[in-house]
Parts: sequence; structure tokens; C-alpha cells
Amino acid sequence: MFKKGVRFDFWSFISLLSLIFFGLFLVIPVVRMLVFSLQSEEAIFTWDNFVRFFSRKYYTRALWNSVKVVSCATILVMLIGVPLAYITTTFKIRGNRLINILVIISMLSPPFLGAYSWILMLGRNGEITRILNSIGIGVPSIYGFGGILLVFVLKLFPYIYMYTKGALKKVDASLGEAAESLGYHGIRKVVKVSLPLVLPTILAGATIVFLRAFADYGTPRLIGEGFSTLPVIVYQEWVSETGANAYFASAVAMIMIIIAALVFLLQKWITSRKNYTMSMLNPIRPKQLKGAANVLAHFYVYLIAVLATLPQIYIILISFRNTKGVMWDEGYGFSSYITVFTKSIKSILNTFEFGIIAICVVVVLGTLFAYVTVRKKNLFSKILDVFIMFPYVIPGTIFGLLLLMTYNQPPLVLSGTAAIIIISYVIRRMPYTVRSSAAILRQISPSIDEASASLGYGSMQTFFNVTMPVMVPGIISGAILSWITILNELSSTLMLYTGRTQTMTVTIFQEISRGGYGTAAALSTILTVTMVTSLMIFFKITKSEDIDL
Amino acid sequence: MAVAIHINEVKKIYENNEVIRNLSAHIMPGELFTLLGPSGCGKTTLLRMIAGFNSVEHGTIAFDDQVINNIPVYKRNFGMVFQNYAIFPNMTVYRNIEYGLKNKKLDKAEVARRVNEIMETVQITQYKDRYPDKLSGGQQQRVALARAIVVQPQVLLMDEPLSNLDAKLRIEMREAIREVQKKIGITTVYVTHDQEEALAISDRIAVMNRGDIQQIETPERIYSRPYNTFVADFIGHSNRFEGTVLGQGNGVTRIRMQTGLELEVGGVKPLSAGTSLLVYVRPEEFIFTDEAHGMKAQVLVKRFLGKYIHYVVDCGTGTHVEVTADTSSAERIHEPGETIFLGVNTRRVNLFDATTENTLLEGVESHV
Repeated sequence: MFKKGVRFDFWSFISLLSLIFFGLFLVIPVVRMLVFSLQSEEAIFTWDNFVRFFSRKYYTRALWNSVKVVSCATILVMLIGVPLAYITTTFKIRGNRLINILVIISMLSPPFLGAYSWILMLGRNGEITRILNSIGIGVPSIYGFGGILLVFVLKLFPYIYMYTKGALKKVDASLGEAAESLGYHGIRKVVKVSLPLVLPTILAGATIVFLRAFADYGTPRLIGEGFSTLPVIVYQEWVSETGANAYFASAVAMIMIIIAALVFLLQKWITSRKNYTMSMLNPIRPKQLKGAANVLAHFYVYLIAVLATLPQIYIILISFRNTKGVMWDEGYGFSSYITVFTKSIKSILNTFEFGIIAICVVVVLGTLFAYVTVRKKNLFSKILDVFIMFPYVIPGTIFGLLLLMTYNQPPLVLSGTAAIIIISYVIRRMPYTVRSSAAILRQISPSIDEASASLGYGSMQTFFNVTMPVMVPGIISGAILSWITILNELSSTLMLYTGRTQTMTVTIFQEISRGGYGTAAALSTILTVTMVTSLMIFFKITKSEDIDL
Repeated sequence: MAVAIHINEVKKIYENNEVIRNLSAHIMPGELFTLLGPSGCGKTTLLRMIAGFNSVEHGTIAFDDQVINNIPVYKRNFGMVFQNYAIFPNMTVYRNIEYGLKNKKLDKAEVARRVNEIMETVQITQYKDRYPDKLSGGQQQRVALARAIVVQPQVLLMDEPLSNLDAKLRIEMREAIREVQKKIGITTVYVTHDQEEALAISDRIAVMNRGDIQQIETPERIYSRPYNTFVADFIGHSNRFEGTVLGQGNGVTRIRMQTGLELEVGGVKPLSAGTSLLVYVRPEEFIFTDEAHGMKAQVLVKRFLGKYIHYVVDCGTGTHVEVTADTSSAERIHEPGETIFLGVNTRRVNLFDATTENTLLEGVESHV
């Protein structure tokens, strides 16, 4: 592989670094889990774990539950998100920009908060349930399949909306006009022309939705009530007090990773066969609808926006309600916040401490790794590319488990430390920054690097003097996503935290489980405010009103 | 100050494909040396090997007597002007030019003096605080040139620097580059696919094809005495005729062209009677004459182009023959359908071996 004349320079060092980093925290843990899944207390090599999984109804039902609820959610999400994207890009909608921001915020808040909020509204003791019951209207149960579906759909449709909108913005308006000149109007035009062009993108979005829903632990855990899905099984098997079984948990985790990887590869395969390049001259200009169509379009958009933001707003509202212990009390005030700041200040500080360290590492490594994957075309950079994207198919709970299983014993004991949580954040949230940095780098001619080298600068100086400054817009728009999703990370932290390293999301989750709804709401509000503030700063800096997924 | 560049038996192989084949060339101190050839001929690959962006695995490249094969790019001390200019978008014009000097441990006043001086030379002083996106193509080109030469490199490399400019600006910049290059006397390797540009700007040209140099010569010689038919066809236009040697004697070679016209050409290598060869005649090397001294041709197309008249004629060889006549010296303009008689300026024609297609003239070498 090494030819004569290949020197060990800065980029060789970065390549080596990335190899060590992903080797330690991705490859070794995954291999270890794979080995674990093929072992038992008694045997070195056995299929027992898999046999047990597929032969017990309890587990196969969880598998079926996962597939069922996630598939339904993905389909529903497309049915809601695609029309929303189409309507908001092709027609004039009042308050379009505000709606866009609301949708982004609801997308970026963690799903389990949605579950929590819907329980408070529509659960057994829910506010709306009580009101409706008091006037004699029965409310169907929010728990189980229906509730999970509701939360997934309202949390995840923004992905489809964002992806589709992004793709529609790249469709040349004259294509639609050409279709009209050939006699295709209205729905027929959309189905025959616009839809096929954005289909690969919708598919990519649907895959993200599928993977996120499939991996989500918090939602089924909170609102599932017996409707158990695979992430819940993995968690239970691992922490079960009646004999935790790391081998079996590993096997279930492997099954999840394989399913996720298959979905991911299927999407890649389909998209690679159906990809269009378009010359973009005239973007679509929103048209003014008239009469009933206009009213309907507005109604649809507003309804979705309200439903999506309702849980968030409700949580903010109840965070100001007075509490007595864990019970609600009359009137409004700051009692929940006072409790939070006296009792849970540590988890707030942890969130920021871990988050800031992680985002710094993500930005530095992500930018460097993006450079290697784009500029150094060799076998190694292809492998690195796979490593970087791999976290997409590893559910958070499982990733936490992976790290924990590998680093809870010598030579390297990391369990219980802040480092292991930060490592998990870095690997899981780096893809956003890498993808976005790589995208901008592809648009920058490599000759500026060469120009700098020709003027006597080595590869490291060149990178920091010239390449990185030019990449900044791409780095920032990736980093904002990494940052917000780090703040919201729950599933792997749940596996990795201890009393000292508890974060806000973990505390919220615990409070909800314990019924401490007031403090949970207050913490959630703090989280939401942090997130919205970060977004606003991002919009201000980049002078944009959108994010790129 | 100026160095020579010695390229010795260099090869470049990509995936079993020899893109540079055992190539040697010696570039003299201070000269503007052009690598000219069609796309894919390896000219840019060779330039990037000199720069160090492409590695040299076979053969050597040396600046004077220092072999640079294993010297990393940033220590080679050359300036480069890129096809897309590669101006740093995050720096102003001034900062761009200053960038290379900041690396050289010079005192601030000296840096400022040099930057200001070079900005004067390439006439961009007025834009010094602008960012590249506010500059025209020609201005960016000047910044690129200034940035490359301000560090006083040993060698200046230019990769199709004018190909992104419009026709008028191209000529203007060509002159500017030539002027600056001569003024500072820096050894320059210039890559282009544009033969007119190469002829206008170069001290010497290396015509490349398929990874090898076909001929290295001055612009005048490369045009008038191409070493092989590739060079003859690539530079300008040539009409190709088959011919046979009738005999040699008294310093001349008598040749009969396939059209029946007989020529006496001087300075030809020894050839035996009956040898077949190729006679290359450029459009301006025909002489309008009478039946006794010329071959018969029928005018197919006439185009009046002002300074000269361009004809396409049929000499009975099955291919179209292009002929030009100076408007000032033409007796009359011939119309399509007319029969004319053409002679050939025997001092200007080129003769090539029918099989190797290399020159048969004495004193024409591929490498000088």
C-alpha cells in the first residue's frame, strides 16, 4: 500500500489517529459484542442466544412490535411530511418562516419529551382526558401501539418535510412548466414530474426516520406500557435484576444492528440506481392559492405545526405550575425551577460540560476526518467513511452498551467516567459535522491547498491557514446539529451514566419515571430554551432561516 | 538566481497506464518553456511532478544539480499559477500576495515593500483590499501571478493560466505574463493546449503526445520544421501528400508527388530512388502558377477573409486541400469551379518517412 516517496505527514498522522479512535471505540466494541452474542455462560461458541430469541414469543413479539410500529410511523410520516413540504414550497402560506422554525424545533427536541407531554395531556390522568371525560366523552388509550405511533409521527415527520423541501428547492420550475405545456395539470403533474424527482431524497429521509424510530428507547419505554420493542428488550436484558445476561443482550443488539444496516444498505442501493442530476436555473416560486384551496392549504399547515409544537408548549406551560412534592398544586410560580436549581444543578452543569467538550472534539476531528475522506482518495479513506457513518445504524442504547461492555474491565476502565459519555457523544453525533464539512469541501478546489503548499506551507499549516477557514460555513451548519443532538442525547447516556455523571435528559427521564412531572417539565424547558437559543444564534451568524440535514 | 530544470527519463504509471513515458527534457535558466499538447497528453501530469503534487517514482527531476524527487512540495521553492487561479477566498488581495512571504522570516517593512512592488508590477494596487469574489477573471489572474512570483521562487509553473479568460483578455494577459517573466528572468514551465498561445509566449516549446515529448524547439522552428507528422498536424494546418523519391544529386532530392508535380528539395537525408515518403505543405506554401509549373486543382470553396483568401481545392488526391493566398499579393480571386495550377515553395515543404512519419530533412532534431 505504501509506495516509495509516500511521506509521513500531518495527514498520515490524522489518518492514524482516526484509525486508533474508531478502532478503540467502534471496531473493537462491535467485534466484542459480536463475539459475545455467539457465547453463553457455558459455551465459547453457540447459536443459543439467537435460537432463544427466535423461539420465544416474548422476544419475537418485541421484534414484530418494533417492525410494525416503525414501519407504520415511516409510512404515516411520509404521508404527512411530503404534502407539507410541497404545499409550503409551491404555495404562499402566511407565516411560512415561523412555521419552518417551529417544525425545526419540534424535530430537534428529544422524542421521549413528546411521549411525556402526550401522557400528561391524553394519559389516564391527563388534562385533556379529564376535561373530555367530565363532559362524557371517552378517550381512547394513549398507551401502547397508538401512543408510540402518535409520538413517532409527530416527532419525525419534520425529517421528511426538511428533506423533501430541500429537494424541491433544487427542482427547476421550468420542469413543472414543461409538464404543464404537455398537458399535465395539478395532481397529475405532481405525481408524474415533481414526485419522481424528489423520490430518492424522500427515501433517504424515510430511512433516517425508520432508523431513529427503530432505535428510540425513551418513547416505547414511557408510553409503551407492555408494548415492548427491541431497544426496551436490550435494556432490560442488560440491567435485569434477575440475572443480567450480557450474552443475550448482545445477541438482541446484533439483530437490531443487522436490521438497521440492511435498511440503510437497501436505501443506498435504491438511491444509487435512481439518481437524477438536474440543471438548476429557476427555483420554484410560491404561488398564491385562491378560495377554498387556499383555506385548506393553510388549515393543513397550521394544524400540523400546532400538533407538532403542542407537546413542547404544554411542557413549558406546566413547568410554571406550582407543585407539592411530586403532586401538582394550585396556581403558577417558579417552584419547579427552584427545585431544579437546588437539586439538579449538577445534571445541568454536566450536560453543558460534556456537551461543550464533545462538540469541540466533534468539530476538530469531524473537520479533519472530512478532509481525509474527501481529499485523500484511497482505501483507507473509504474505510473511514464507513466508520463515520456507522453510528447511523447503531441505536444509542446499543452503542452505550457496546462501550460499557468493552471498557468496564482492565486494561482500560472507562465505565462510570465522564469520558465514556463524551466519547459516545463524539462518535454518535460526529456524522452531522463530517457530512456537512465534507459537502462544502467538495465544492472547494483542491488547488487552493496546492497553492498554499507551493508557497512553502506544510500540510498542517495549509489546513489551518487556508482550507479550514474556507470550510467554516459547512462546519458550523453541521456543528449546530451535532450540538443540539448532543444536548438531547438520552439513550446511550442512560447506559453510561452514574450518579456523578447524570445529564439533564437522564434526570428528566428519571423524574418522569418517578412521577416528578414538575421538575421534569422545568428541566425540559431549560433544555428547549438552550436549544432554541443555540438555533437563533446559528440563524443570526449564518444569516439563514433554515438548517441543512 | 535562475535555475535549470533537468528531467531525466521520468515515467508515471497510473493503474498500468503509462501517462508519462520515459521522458527527458532540459529547461534552461530563465527561459519560458511551454508544454504543449492535446488534452490527455500528460503535460499537466508532468508539470505536477515538477511541483511535487504528483510523485516521481521512475527517473529524476532536478533543479540545477539538486534532485528534487523526495523534497516535499513546500520545500521546493517554486511558484505556481493554477488554471482556476486558486486565490484564497478568505483573504484580501494583499493578504493573498503576502501569504507566501509571511513564511520567510522577513521583517515587516520588507514584506510590505515587496508586496507593494509586485502589485505595481502586475497593476493591481488599486484592488489590494478586495476579496477575490469581487475581482474579475483577469484581476484574479494577476493576483495569482503576483502571489506566485513575490516569493522570488527558483521556478515558476503555470498550468493553463489563461484558459478561463475571454479571447481579448487572454492576449492582454499573455503579454503581461511574458513581460513580467522576462523582467525577473525566472525559469518558467508553462502548460497549454492552445498552440497560438504557445507560439506567442514561449522561448521554447515541447510538443507532447501520449506521455512523450515529440519535439522541443523554438516557436519558429517548430512551426517551420516539425520533427514528425504529429507536430506538423498539431501546430497549424498541413496538407498531406504522398510522394516518391526519383533520385538525389547536386545537393537536391527530386521527388514526384502523387499529383504528378515534381519537386527539387534541398537538405534531405540520403534516400534511395523509389523510396516513398510524405510531403507536407502548409496552406501558405502553395504558389499560384501555370500549367507548365503546377499541378491541376479545382476550386471547391472560396472564403475571403480580408487579409488573405482561403480556398479549399481538389487536387485529385481524394482529400480536400487547403490553400491560402495573401490578398495583397494575389493577382486575382478564384471562384469555385475554376481550375487553377499550384506549385509548391520547395524551401518550406517538409518531408517525412512514410512509415515512421519522422522528418527526412537534415538538421531537424526532436530534442535540442
